[in-house]
Amino acid sequence: MIAQIGEWLDRRLQLAAPIREIAEHPVPKNTASWWYVFGSAALVVFLLQLVTGIMLAFIYVPSASEAWNSLQYLNHDIAFGWFIRALHGWGSNFMVAIVLIHMVQVFLFGAYKFPRELTWIIGVFLLLMTLGMAFTGQVLRFDQDAYWGLGIGASIASRVPFLGSDIVKLMVGGPIIAGATLSRFFALHVFVIPGMLIAFVGVHLLLVLKLGINEWPMPGRLVKKATYESEYHELTHKDGAPFVPYAVWKDIFFAAFILLAVAACAVFFGPFGPTGQPDPTIIQTAPKPDYFFLWLYAVLSFLPPSMETPALLIGPVIVIGALLLLPFLSGEGEKSWRRRPIAVLTILLIAVTLATFTHLAGYTPWSPHMNAWSGDPIPARFLQHRTALERQGALVFQAKQCHNCHALEGQGGQRGPTLDTVAVQLTQDQLIRQVIQGGGNMPAYGKNLSPAETTALVAFLQTLHPAGQAPARDPSRALALGKSPEK
Amino acid sequence: MSTDDTISRRALFMKIGILFNGLVAAAIAVPIVRFLLSPIVRGRANGYLSWISLGSISQFPEGETRLATFRNPYVTPTDGKTADTACWVRRVEGQQFQIFAINCAHLGCPVRWFPQSGLFMCPCHGGAYYQDGSRASGPPERGLFEYPYKVENGLVTIQAGELPTPGSPTASLFVKKPPCV
Repeated sequence: MIAQIGEWLDRRLQLAAPIREIAEHPVPKNTASWWYVFGSAALVVFLLQLVTGIMLAFIYVPSASEAWNSLQYLNHDIAFGWFIRALHGWGSNFMVAIVLIHMVQVFLFGAYKFPRELTWIIGVFLLLMTLGMAFTGQVLRFDQDAYWGLGIGASIASRVPFLGSDIVKLMVGGPIIAGATLSRFFALHVFVIPGMLIAFVGVHLLLVLKLGINEWPMPGRLVKKATYESEYHELTHKDGAPFVPYAVWKDIFFAAFILLAVAACAVFFGPFGPTGQPDPTIIQTAPKPDYFFLWLYAVLSFLPPSMETPALLIGPVIVIGALLLLPFLSGEGEKSWRRRPIAVLTILLIAVTLATFTHLAGYTPWSPHMNAWSGDPIPARFLQHRTALERQGALVFQAKQCHNCHALEGQGGQRGPTLDTVAVQLTQDQLIRQVIQGGGNMPAYGKNLSPAETTALVAFLQTLHPAGQAPARDPSRALALGKSPEK
Repeated sequence: MSTDDTISRRALFMKIGILFNGLVAAAIAVPIVRFLLSPIVRGRANGYLSWISLGSISQFPEGETRLATFRNPYVTPTDGKTADTACWVRRVEGQQFQIFAINCAHLGCPVRWFPQSGLFMCPCHGGAYYQDGSRASGPPERGLFEYPYKVENGLVTIQAGELPTPGSPTASLFVKKPPCV
């Protein structure tokens, strides 16, 4: 009966033969490897995103006045609404990660070389679209982070010469971040970018089928445009096997493993936010991007002001340009990473750089701790056996928010240096000058401290030295004042 | 009629058809482009800025900096709370004010005022400003954005309506002259 229905359908559709041909196309035997599963895993996670995204759209309201409430409704009132949100959120994290791993594998295995240049170029666009989905998706989670994240995006876009202001208005859909902004990001996230993604994924897959999967790179087997295609053809037919089932079972296992991992994260860690309501008058917030943009958040804190606009505007052009040109600059030659030390070092350098910046963005040492002055007390040992003046100085240290940027015994901000041993490094005069005039990225406090407060504060700072080590002093001062050096 | 003639006739029809489609597409494209560019065009035609009251002058004690909020003059039906905006109002003395945008001049995060140390601090990338809005430290290239203001009939009004960003030409409205050193 089922066979009959199948036959009836295929007589009309005529798809069985081409599908069988695709499934059983020969692939080099050694590509049936666990290293070759990331592309299909990315596709599987993308399909998960499509399904969960459609389900979220059943409930979600893309309106600036309702979006946050509809997310709360999803989280708390709909059966397993929280789970679908968590799947979609964790799915996006996994998708970015898997796409990057896939890209690194393709790069290290030389798969971007002739004749697969176009596959790589389409892949670069797929990466950009994936990141675009990640950013627009964070906006749809319309909370404080989304609101101020849009502000950061607008501030970056506004730096484009001449057109900056118009680009900002196009991006936010009006003069301010408001209803029109969410609507257009919804359209981008739900229609525009997914539509492009589906089309590009289709071409990407078509190219993989037409050109064949990249063979396992052997050191010393060089790619030459003249001979590669016949060599590959020979390889797949002499030492090949049908993709289904010879290689596909690993893809299937890994896909299930990844789906399980996404689901496990969704169950254990739950959905992302939403954080506070997107009310711009609530300013007690420290917005942060999702993890895949944390490195950028860190870079923006470290760039010197004069470098920032060029780096923001020219940097992406160089990076994307380099990725697109890569297959043309090294389209032939060695594929194996064992013979491409610079490629391996490049990957390591980029990975370490991104990991370091991401780690730094996890605890934002460049930001003042807004509540340290009222929340982190000065450790008791800095206050014992001190004079009244020195303790008064400690009070000034707290009350004037010095603690927001300077840590004592690891507590407080890390914007400025830790002051546990500052008296060893700066003399009394240097301390006074630093407090009053600032400098080295410290504001000047001359206008906000009375002379008495400055005296007390510096007296306190001079007590901050290790027990057995004398504070720094200026010998010439004692000479000039005609006294014998103290202590 | 020769065969060649027939083919060129068909080819001509096809070309005319393509041309016709091109004309129709161009005609439709005009309103579509105009629709897509409406946020820009509308801003240029009417301008987004207007004068808005922040309330009575008596709410702002001399020598202090207070948070004030206002509803953006240009709103759409779905804006909700996002059309509410905050700003810092510093009453220097008498009728002399400084009214700062909430957005950090670096990348737009909301700055907080600390009266004890007389500083505005940004939670995002560590920018800091003095009480007069000038840059104190961190990544910002300039001082805080300032709204033009006037005091009329005991009300403080500001000219606002557009997100202040570092690159916008209206940022010149928010220009903060560097302090004379």
